[in-house]
Amino acid sequence: MLKLLQKIGQKSIAKIQAAGQLGLFMLALLPALGYPFVRLRLLLKQIYNTGTLSLPIIMMAGLFVGMVLGLQGYNVLVDYNSEEAVGTMTALSLLRELGPVVAALLFVGRAGSALTAEIGLMRSTEQLSGLEMMAVDPLKFVFAPRFVAVLLVLPMLTMIFNALGILGGYLVAVGWLGVDDGAFWSQMIAQVDWYDDVVNGMIKSVVFAVLIAVLALFQGESAMPTSEGVSYATTRTVVQGSLGVLALDFVMTALMFN
Amino acid sequence: MQIHIEVENLVFYRGARKIFDGLSLTIPRGKVVAVMGPSGTGKTTLLKLIAGQLKPHGGVIRVNGENVHKLSRRALFELRKKIGMLFQSGALLTDLSVFENVAFPLREHTQLSEAMIRRIVLMKLQAVGLRGARDLMPSELSGGMARRVALARAIAMDPEMVMYDEPFVGQDPITMGVLLKLIQRLNEGLGLTSVVVSHDVAEVLEIADYVYVMSEGRVVAEGSAEHIRKSEDDYVRQFLQGLPDGPVPFHYPARSYEQELLSC
Repeated sequence: MLKLLQKIGQKSIAKIQAAGQLGLFMLALLPALGYPFVRLRLLLKQIYNTGTLSLPIIMMAGLFVGMVLGLQGYNVLVDYNSEEAVGTMTALSLLRELGPVVAALLFVGRAGSALTAEIGLMRSTEQLSGLEMMAVDPLKFVFAPRFVAVLLVLPMLTMIFNALGILGGYLVAVGWLGVDDGAFWSQMIAQVDWYDDVVNGMIKSVVFAVLIAVLALFQGESAMPTSEGVSYATTRTVVQGSLGVLALDFVMTALMFN
Repeated sequence: MQIHIEVENLVFYRGARKIFDGLSLTIPRGKVVAVMGPSGTGKTTLLKLIAGQLKPHGGVIRVNGENVHKLSRRALFELRKKIGMLFQSGALLTDLSVFENVAFPLREHTQLSEAMIRRIVLMKLQAVGLRGARDLMPSELSGGMARRVALARAIAMDPEMVMYDEPFVGQDPITMGVLLKLIQRLNEGLGLTSVVVSHDVAEVLEIADYVYVMSEGRVVAEGSAEHIRKSEDDYVRQFLQGLPDGPVPFHYPARSYEQELLSC
């Protein structure tokens, strides 16, 4: 019994310590965040790595999700003779929920894991230490550009995801199932609100971006400098990132759409 | 003789393990000084302490008379610009070519023109014999080449001092010879202070002006290479001759062998 309590205590202390370290890491990173804007090349490279290279998966996923929404929406709505509303339904589902969430989940897997592995390996091969010895601050040179890139890129990817999703829904509903073209768009335009739907969705996306960026960088930085350690850290980024996105989504939805 | 680095009563723990227990040594300017000891005696740790990457739990380290661990972050970075460090792994930036790796500190810390940077980089690469390899990526280099590129990078900023972390480990005899020559030549040619941390006895004794032998967190012997070679000290002799048993036991501390076998 005492052992069990001790174990619980140990685990909790370790968790709280980790949270504290994460906080300290964020605090240390904060003053470095202006630097990537001075060194645009560093930033552009990371935008390319995290953003441009994520485009194919985000675009494909967006298209398929939109097509499924169009199909499912049509099947439900056609019973009520309101299949024109499928445009509204697709757009709202994407803008409010699926766009930010699915794009973030894909992004954790595609870019978050890569960031953690890269930084973990940089640490285990002494590259970070080497930078420090050359009087170059890794926070400015390595961490800040990656953080800012993720922050800029994920909302953009989300918008692209949304746009392709709506296109997918349009192709299925109008092109295949014969929903009226004009009604599809006019209903969508009438029902979707700029602030409530579009801006709220984007706010979600920005919050997810902060979560993923901090988590991926922190896990990379605190990974044990062994192949096993880097592999654990990468897994942790994906698992904690995905769960974090879903949990935060619930909280934000409750705050925004209630 | 001018003192470059001064370590006084250094105490450092890693977890509960005591790495340094009142370590004191001085490193004169312009000399090749070797710090020797078996693996696990904290030789790399010592270099990181000197460069201010780690904080000691006690004692003082002065470089150019200034306490390294009392410096502001900015002053510490200024100091590091005058220190070149050769990491055991090379620590080259894997996403940059050989040329860009050597150019990296120059690009970060100077406003030199592209033509000037090119000239300096080619000179440094020439010094380590790898001018022809400038377009290779670090992954295409052998271990010895990577270390030479790292050396070129370490001297790119014309530092006052270069610290070598186990420069000879895992190198073939030819590369070892090349590195020895390089360290010596750089030291004489540029008037650098060289700190070589190593356990390759023969190589180090060949180039070192002064040698410290470490054990269990303190200096157990010091002197010129000649003096160390002739040392009568049991520990030093065990270390130099590579005897498996002696003051440093072959066995990791454990219960008595008989007891352990009989108790199962």
